[in-house]
Amino acid sequence: MSGIYIHIPFCRQACHYCNFHFSTSLHYREALVKALGEEAALAAASDFIKPEPVATVYLGGGTPSLLSGAEIDFLLRQVRASYPVAGNAEVTLEANPDDLSTGKLEDWKAAGVNRLSIGVQSFFEEDLLWMNRAHNAVQARKGLELAVQYFSNITLDLIYGVPGLSNDRWKQNVQTALELGAPHLSCYALTVEPQTPLDKMIRKHIKEPVDAGLQSEQFLLLMDWLQAAGYEHYEVSNFAKPGFRSRHNSAYWKGTPYYGLGPAAHSFNGDVRRWNIANNQQYIRAIRSGTIPYEEEVLTPIQKQNEYVMIALRTIEGLELKKLGKEAQQQILKQATRHVARGLLIVDNARIRLTKEGKLFADGIAADLFATE
Amino acid sequence: MDRFAAGNVSEPGAAAGNSPEFPLKSVPLQPRKWGISMKNIRNFCIIAHIDHGKSTLADRLLQATNTISDREMMDQVLDDMDLEREKGITIKSHAIQIDYRSPAGENYTLNLIDTPGHVDFSYEVSRALAACEGALLLVDATQGIQAQTISNLYLAIDNDLEIIPVINKIDMDGAMIDEVKDQIIDLIGCKPEDILLASGRTGLGIDEVLEAIVEKIPAPAGDPEAPLQALIFDSVFNSFRGIIVYYRILNGALKKGNKVKFVSTGQEYEADEIGILKLKMTERNEVRAGDVGYIITGIKNAKEVKVGDTITLAGNTNPVAIKGFEEVKPMVFAGIYPVNTDEFEELRDCMEKLQLNDASLTFELETSQALGFGFRCGFLGMLHMEIIQERLEREFKQTVITTVPNVSFIAHTTKAETIIVNNPTEFPDPVKTDRIEEPYIKAQIITKPDYIGNIMTLCLGKRGILINQSYLTTSRVELIFEMPLTEIVFDFYDKLKSQTRGYASFDYHPIGYKDSDIVKMDILLNGDKVDALSALIHRSRAHEFGRKLCEKLKELLPRQQFQIAIQAAIGAKIVARENISAMRKDVTAKCYGGDISRKRKLLEKQKEGKKRMRQIGNVEVPQEAFLAVLKLDE
Ligand SMILES: Nc1nc2c(ncn2[C@@H]2O[C@H](COP(=O)(O)OP(=O)(O)OP(=O)(O)O)[C@@H](O)[C@H]2O)c(=O)[nH]1
Ligand code: SF4
Ligand SMILES: [Mg+2]
Repeated sequence: MSGIYIHIPFCRQACHYCNFHFSTSLHYREALVKALGEEAALAAASDFIKPEPVATVYLGGGTPSLLSGAEIDFLLRQVRASYPVAGNAEVTLEANPDDLSTGKLEDWKAAGVNRLSIGVQSFFEEDLLWMNRAHNAVQARKGLELAVQYFSNITLDLIYGVPGLSNDRWKQNVQTALELGAPHLSCYALTVEPQTPLDKMIRKHIKEPVDAGLQSEQFLLLMDWLQAAGYEHYEVSNFAKPGFRSRHNSAYWKGTPYYGLGPAAHSFNGDVRRWNIANNQQYIRAIRSGTIPYEEEVLTPIQKQNEYVMIALRTIEGLELKKLGKEAQQQILKQATRHVARGLLIVDNARIRLTKEGKLFADGIAADLFATE
Repeated sequence: MDRFAAGNVSEPGAAAGNSPEFPLKSVPLQPRKWGISMKNIRNFCIIAHIDHGKSTLADRLLQATNTISDREMMDQVLDDMDLEREKGITIKSHAIQIDYRSPAGENYTLNLIDTPGHVDFSYEVSRALAACEGALLLVDATQGIQAQTISNLYLAIDNDLEIIPVINKIDMDGAMIDEVKDQIIDLIGCKPEDILLASGRTGLGIDEVLEAIVEKIPAPAGDPEAPLQALIFDSVFNSFRGIIVYYRILNGALKKGNKVKFVSTGQEYEADEIGILKLKMTERNEVRAGDVGYIITGIKNAKEVKVGDTITLAGNTNPVAIKGFEEVKPMVFAGIYPVNTDEFEELRDCMEKLQLNDASLTFELETSQALGFGFRCGFLGMLHMEIIQERLEREFKQTVITTVPNVSFIAHTTKAETIIVNNPTEFPDPVKTDRIEEPYIKAQIITKPDYIGNIMTLCLGKRGILINQSYLTTSRVELIFEMPLTEIVFDFYDKLKSQTRGYASFDYHPIGYKDSDIVKMDILLNGDKVDALSALIHRSRAHEFGRKLCEKLKELLPRQQFQIAIQAAIGAKIVARENISAMRKDVTAKCYGGDISRKRKLLEKQKEGKKRMRQIGNVEVPQEAFLAVLKLDE
């Protein structure tokens, strides 16, 4: 089973912290949607991914909810025309709260979307302004109230560790999400990516820098609250009621093949990773001429092992030792010892998992468990 | 990498990649070309202050005699070690044989040895001199006589070498030929017409240099019919060929297949392969008195080869050992430890192999509480120490930790014992110490009068005492200071350079020990003393040193999941402290399809860095933190 990701590289306005590939000019919108459809056919004809049933389709971005219902319908039809999409496939669409209208919700549903990922980030006006989000607090709440009438499988994005976001307000954000009935939450620590407007503003002292202490505190609180509310913490930043995990994202974490359509989209077939050119105009031009503009890397066995370690460690299942060679197991257990002693890792049933505290340090621990060429 | 024998030897210890070259196997063994007799052999080296153009002049000599084809030619072709090319300096002496036909139509064999100019490699020079009857003394026409011009000249004179003075770089705008001529005449007492003029850049004067070599330098004296007597002056380990030994034959001859004996060890070997040194090793059936050559035998143990030893034939029951070389006197000591404790034996093996090719490296076993088993090594200076660490990494793939360097002190205890302190851990308890002596040197600095002020400030700040000041000419002044050795081995050279815009040359000689108020400064990480970071330092410097060292360590130690306290202490007294606050969080928020590859690469890089760290107690200490003392002013 494989997954299809479709990248919609347009946004209404640029959030200060964002380093995704997107454009706030809708100039190429029509041409790009058309090109996405064409890439689906080109990709399916290539032998990059074996023809196998598609279990998940994910419209991400950018802001896919900017597109009209007809455009979404067109894209999903193109995918189905090129790939054998399973009848029970999970079809997710990322939406910004200000795009949630009765009309669009009905159209999406009709087009086959069955899961919404809503970029709420916060229910407080000051946070949204601080982030330079396109929506306001009222839209966040109202949009969500409307969405739950059409979709039962909904996830919200929330951001914590934002300067000025007190623990109390953070709690209110999480509570509101729970009250409105979201069975899945993705909660991200605000990350200052290099070269983003946020990064530059912090350097120029226009914005307050991020406080790692506050972030770790809010992460620990979050884990308590959501555990109490019956959510599984199935990946570092993802929480779900039983049965509501993201099947598409879970596939990334299992190393299942996926194909990414659109500029800057990544694809992976188990051995090779590809990424399309991150330029809308050049992307469209190449697709028009019948070629997919990508670069790729072939993973070595060590790189594959390291990716597995890095990703698996972040998940509730943890790292399964039996998936590795004897020697690698020895190496990893040796490296893990110190973190076990410090209460950051647990080894049981031939699996290595992060403890609650360990989740704060997943990166450094993963690096320690890496093998070297 | 082997220098005396040049190009065909690949890195020892290195695995595949560099495929072994055995060009010699296919070449038919030739008798000596032209049947050169001893009277037509000349052995000479090129000596000078650093950067005066020795290796460049060697290029021209090799080119003019067609020793090297145009295809093989490159700038400073004899500097064939990567490190030499990167740093633009010669580190190893390098021997090469030249066939030369004089204008009179006579054929000669010239054995040339290019030597390094930097003080830290002076042992290379002194051993090269023992294989020669003459020396080209180069003086840069724009710089004139500098400190190592003088010290290398004296070395050559001590070895009874015929000196041919050559003013080099005469093509340059700033060439001061007449002034430099006067300086040379003053220094060696020669006649103006004895001084040759040359340019290694343009090739000007090269023919005259070649003619002077055959005319002025005496032919080697030995007796080709006497029993074999050859002096070992260098060696190298090669992963394909084993141990290769370089020698100069004084008497007798060495034939392929001979059974030979190394006099000092009494060990006997078969001469599996012998030959001479062209750009590559060139096999011969016989190497005779007067010549420089190489020998490959089945020697397994690096310790059986000693520079300065004599090779003779196995049957020789009454061999006469040639007077070897003076023992090296290390100036600086530091510990070298494997980053991983379980790689100690491998490191020992590599150190022994490296020592074959660097006779100025000395080492003995030591243990550190923090680092386990390692070696206390003696170096001729900080550059030498850096080169050793680099060569261990590059040629032998050893990742090592080098600890805080120190000079050698003498401690007198209250019980009237005398302890040589080459390592801070040997420093006796202050209450049981009567007095400490530290080594002093006489520093000779030659500069322009403009910089006297700066140099005085620098040297007085280094506890120096001005002994003498004399004008060599109106534009050149010589300053003599007495200074503690410890003050000059670390950063003196760089400071001198920057204070004089490079217009100062510097040489020094040990002059013995003086009483001094030296204390041991310990560094504690989270309360645990880290012996590898201890330093011996003059009391007047201790506080500032401790403070700067703590600050530097704060910069160099990575944040960890707990707070780290860095303290500097003299005895029980804490004199400085810094804290590294705990890392609160180290986890990426998003890890989806497009993030995975970037994230993996980032963590892989982090992992590489961790391979160069040593865990001490709970704290991960990176390799470079152990040398933080050298970077206090950066
Ligand atoms: N203009 C000019 N430059 C020269 C001449 N000879 C050497 N140089 C330059 O001087 C610098 C040092 O030359 P080297 O031949 O490496 O000097 P060296 O004496 O071998 O140096 P060490 O072995 O490190 O002591 C290089 O940049 C050369 O290009 C010359 O005759 N004329
Ligand atoms: S909406 Fe999403 S993709 Fe667009 S700028 Fe904001 S964070 Fe980035
Ligand atoms: Mg040189």
